Amino acid sequence: MTDYGDRFLVGNQREQVSRFRARVLFLVPLAAILFWVYVPRFFEFFGYLELPLLVTIYFALMRRSQISGLLVGACIGLVQDSLWAEQPIGMYGIVKTLVGYFAASVGLRIDVEHTLIRLLLTYFFYFFHQFLFWVLARGLLGKQLAFDAQRTLMLGLLNAVVGVTLFHFLDRLRERN
Amino acid sequence: METLLNRYRNITVLLLVIFAQLVLIAVQVRSDQDVRMIRVWSVTAVTPLARVLETVRGGTVGFVQNYVLMHDARADNRRLQAEVDRLKMENLYLKTELSTADRAKALAAFQEHTQSKTIGARIIASGPGANSRVVFVDRGSVSGVQKGMPVVTPDGIVGKVIAAYPTASEVMLVTDPEFAAGVISQKNRVVGTLRGQGSANCKVDEIPNEEKVDVGEWFYTTGDDRIFPKGFPVGIARLVRKGARYKEVLVEPRGFDRGLEAVLIMLEGVHQAIPESAPADSPVYLGTPPAPAQPGQAATQQPVGAGTDADHLVQKYQQIGAAENHKFGEGLPGSKPPDFNIKLPPPGETPAPKTTAPQAPPKPPPAPKSQPTTPAEQRPAPPRNNQ
Repeated sequence: MTDYGDRFLVGNQREQVSRFRARVLFLVPLAAILFWVYVPRFFEFFGYLELPLLVTIYFALMRRSQISGLLVGACIGLVQDSLWAEQPIGMYGIVKTLVGYFAASVGLRIDVEHTLIRLLLTYFFYFFHQFLFWVLARGLLGKQLAFDAQRTLMLGLLNAVVGVTLFHFLDRLRERN
Repeated sequence: METLLNRYRNITVLLLVIFAQLVLIAVQVRSDQDVRMIRVWSVTAVTPLARVLETVRGGTVGFVQNYVLMHDARADNRRLQAEVDRLKMENLYLKTELSTADRAKALAAFQEHTQSKTIGARIIASGPGANSRVVFVDRGSVSGVQKGMPVVTPDGIVGKVIAAYPTASEVMLVTDPEFAAGVISQKNRVVGTLRGQGSANCKVDEIPNEEKVDVGEWFYTTGDDRIFPKGFPVGIARLVRKGARYKEVLVEPRGFDRGLEAVLIMLEGVHQAIPESAPADSPVYLGTPPAPAQPGQAATQQPVGAGTDADHLVQKYQQIGAAENHKFGEGLPGSKPPDFNIKLPPPGETPAPKTTAPQAPPKPPPAPKSQPTTPAEQRPAPPRNNQ
């Protein structure tokens, strides 16, 4: 195994599971959802930011628990669905549940403290999130939505950059051993 | 189980959460036809499974019906076919038995009422040859059968014994080409000779063209051949036409009407009168004979209903004459005739004698004459000397 790979994998095993206070687990997603709901009303540009997704990815990666990751994703997604009256409850829930589960699965195997890794993972999960949502909307709801891959990739990059920054901020909310 | 759940706990929880949310979506969402998606999904998910199950079920049922049950049906079919065959055979056997019983009954009745001495015999074999009209019967010289004896049935003559063996006899049927017997027509009293032709019908020879024979006329034996007694039915004329010198008359022998299984060999023939009417074709039930009258019983106690209307009238006049003490044929011209309007007592009661006239013993009326229906019944009861 190369030194690089060894660093990623062995370092991951050495890392402890990140722990967060309950209020952090409650308030951060809530703040992200509120941002997702309110801010775009005043600043349309912020509507491209998917902060609830970024929070989901972060908690799933850092807690390194698949169940925890999928539950966080399910809760955040269901709240999003509840706030979006035009879409049935469960669409974002399902998508974010899968994102949380797979993010936690990835967090178990690689070192998610690395910035580049976070960037790539965020970029990937954003694309995965959008694509899965499009698939579900077509499959379950029968909606003929268009999927603009290029735009999605661009927005994914944007969200990845914002996410890496957000993750650094959220790292400070972790409990210290 | 617990280990398995622990091992796949994460994926299990994931699937449960996903499934719960899918249900949640399905409950909320309605399709274009305003049907909830959960119903659409359920039907979509269940229908293929149901189709598969129905296919499997139909195939299984079809297999069971086509192979398992049909196997039983084939067995049942074979069993029922065998049962039908058995019943057919049984029915045929019973019909044969019934026919045999009818023939035996007719023969027994004929034996009781004929004056001739007869012996019953059963056909046991037929003679060889395609045109042979010869049969063997199970009575022979031991039973008193001799060559030349006539063989009859209640319906007519059958043939004659041409050879008598100890336990069997050979009988030439009337249809044999060598058979001959003297016959006479019933209506026109035309005499001829009956000859066999080797076929179903016989011919009557030696009837001049000027003689009259009607189709359907009965022929009886004349007794001139010294074989058949006079007065036995032979057959019915089916064809009558003029020939070169003699008439061509074909007669259908009636002795075989009931089949040719049992016959009577006439050991001692008794001539009898040729009846005025044709013998009845259908068998007639013969009841048991009435009990003989007791010596003390009056003749008036005989059933009035017996006899013809003329017999009843004669009987009534005789009773009136007895009641009024009048003797028919003795009154002088101008004397008072008997009152034929008096009311007679019902049959079985002795009429009240008149006190004004001397009592005379009632004259018994003549015995009512029965109306025979067959030639055998047109004779008085013979002495029973049959075997």
